[in-house]
Amino acid sequence: MLEALAAVLEALPYLLKGALATSGIVIGAMGFGLVLGIHMAVGQVFGNRIVRWFIGLYVWFFRGVPVLVLLFLFYFGLFALIGLNLSAFAASTLVLGMATAAYQSQIFRGAILSLPQGQLQAARALGMSDIKAIINIILPQALRFSIPGWSNEYSIILKDSALAFVLGTSEIMARSHFVASRTYHYLPLYITAGFLYFILTWLGVRALLKLEAKVRIPGYSQ
Amino acid sequence: MTEQKPPILRVENICKILGGKEILKSVSLSLNKGELKVLIGPSGAGKSTLLQCINFLIPPDKGHVWLEGVEVQSRRKRDLYAFRQQVGMIFQDFNLFDHLNALENVSIALRKVKKIRRPEARDRAVAELERVGLGDKKYLYPAELSGGQKQRVSIARALAMDPKIMLLDEPTSALDPELIGEVLSVIRDLAQGGMTMILATHQIGFTRSLADEVLFMENGIIIEQGAPEELLSPDACTRSRDFCSRLNELYAENE
Repeated sequence: MLEALAAVLEALPYLLKGALATSGIVIGAMGFGLVLGIHMAVGQVFGNRIVRWFIGLYVWFFRGVPVLVLLFLFYFGLFALIGLNLSAFAASTLVLGMATAAYQSQIFRGAILSLPQGQLQAARALGMSDIKAIINIILPQALRFSIPGWSNEYSIILKDSALAFVLGTSEIMARSHFVASRTYHYLPLYITAGFLYFILTWLGVRALLKLEAKVRIPGYSQ
Repeated sequence: MTEQKPPILRVENICKILGGKEILKSVSLSLNKGELKVLIGPSGAGKSTLLQCINFLIPPDKGHVWLEGVEVQSRRKRDLYAFRQQVGMIFQDFNLFDHLNALENVSIALRKVKKIRRPEARDRAVAELERVGLGDKKYLYPAELSGGQKQRVSIARALAMDPKIMLLDEPTSALDPELIGEVLSVIRDLAQGGMTMILATHQIGFTRSLADEVLFMENGIIIEQGAPEELLSPDACTRSRDFCSRLNELYAENE
């Protein structure tokens, strides 16, 4: 028991560096997904038929294929095919980013569709172009309403990031597995890994709850 | 009635089919500066669609619109946006921007469309809010305002753009009876201040006292038009008179 504790304590700095890598993957992927997802949602709601068709195809593909398959497909397959030489860390971040973009786009799309139509009409009636209305009127509200769904997506991507292990990314799971297989303290190390994921989830979800409260529109009941 | 100078707004042969139904069947009208024309008629007559076709929020299938003698080329985005800036629109359900307080609701188009700098836009917005009697409510958000206050903010928002004409689509229909008065009094001030307006409404008393002309719409066409005293006087045998007396029976007030 003490021996196990000692092994965990000894490995902790090494594991925390893994937590940093995990955070990097998740922040990178969520950020990538945010930017791409917003554009996709706007395109899907306001775009012409061709734009909508392409976005629909993208969403259908990335939601339809398991993340693990996507990681292999891109890292060992497509990236190599087009001569894109990415590190395991960058490749995991990019693939998770592309996958979460598909899910995030649907969170934002739902939020945009939930807004009363009249506000867009009012913005147009004031002489705003659709782009201006989307930037100044639609998105500030849609993004607020997206925070709960986004927080959910964050917690999913955080845990999906453990799959980056299979590409050889040196994140929490990879490092825990490495130490465990050398010291044979499997249980304590995997418990520690689980605990680190739990902490990161909790911190992120809490931060997003704070953000939600901070940007809440006065007068809306809560 | 007809003056020599060109009307400020001329609308000709507007047609619109929505969902296979002919909502507007070649509607024409024109407005001189300072006139208030009131659109009345039963629900589904096409009043709302007509107003929204005039500023192309609903693109008409056919028809032309002239502002101060210049035809609006609605296909050219730049022309369309410039035209809409000059046409204030008031909606039945206010359509305030929910994430902005009253002041920002009024100033946002000044900043983003007219490119007026923040301090000047703010001053203008404050002035417009004071004009509609909401100087003390400028930091409240739409969800914190009553219906009447919301509609007054939306009027201030339209006025801040210095519109040449205003289109008001049943501005009091979504309001509780005790809140209608505050909105009507703002519209009355505007009319008396010489604002050119087309107002769709069921407020017959208001129409009678302020309208220069009443347009009675039914089934997508203007079937009667004339001065309110001609159309609405008790001894007139018009469809408008008939409709209004039924409205009056229904509400048994307004006079």
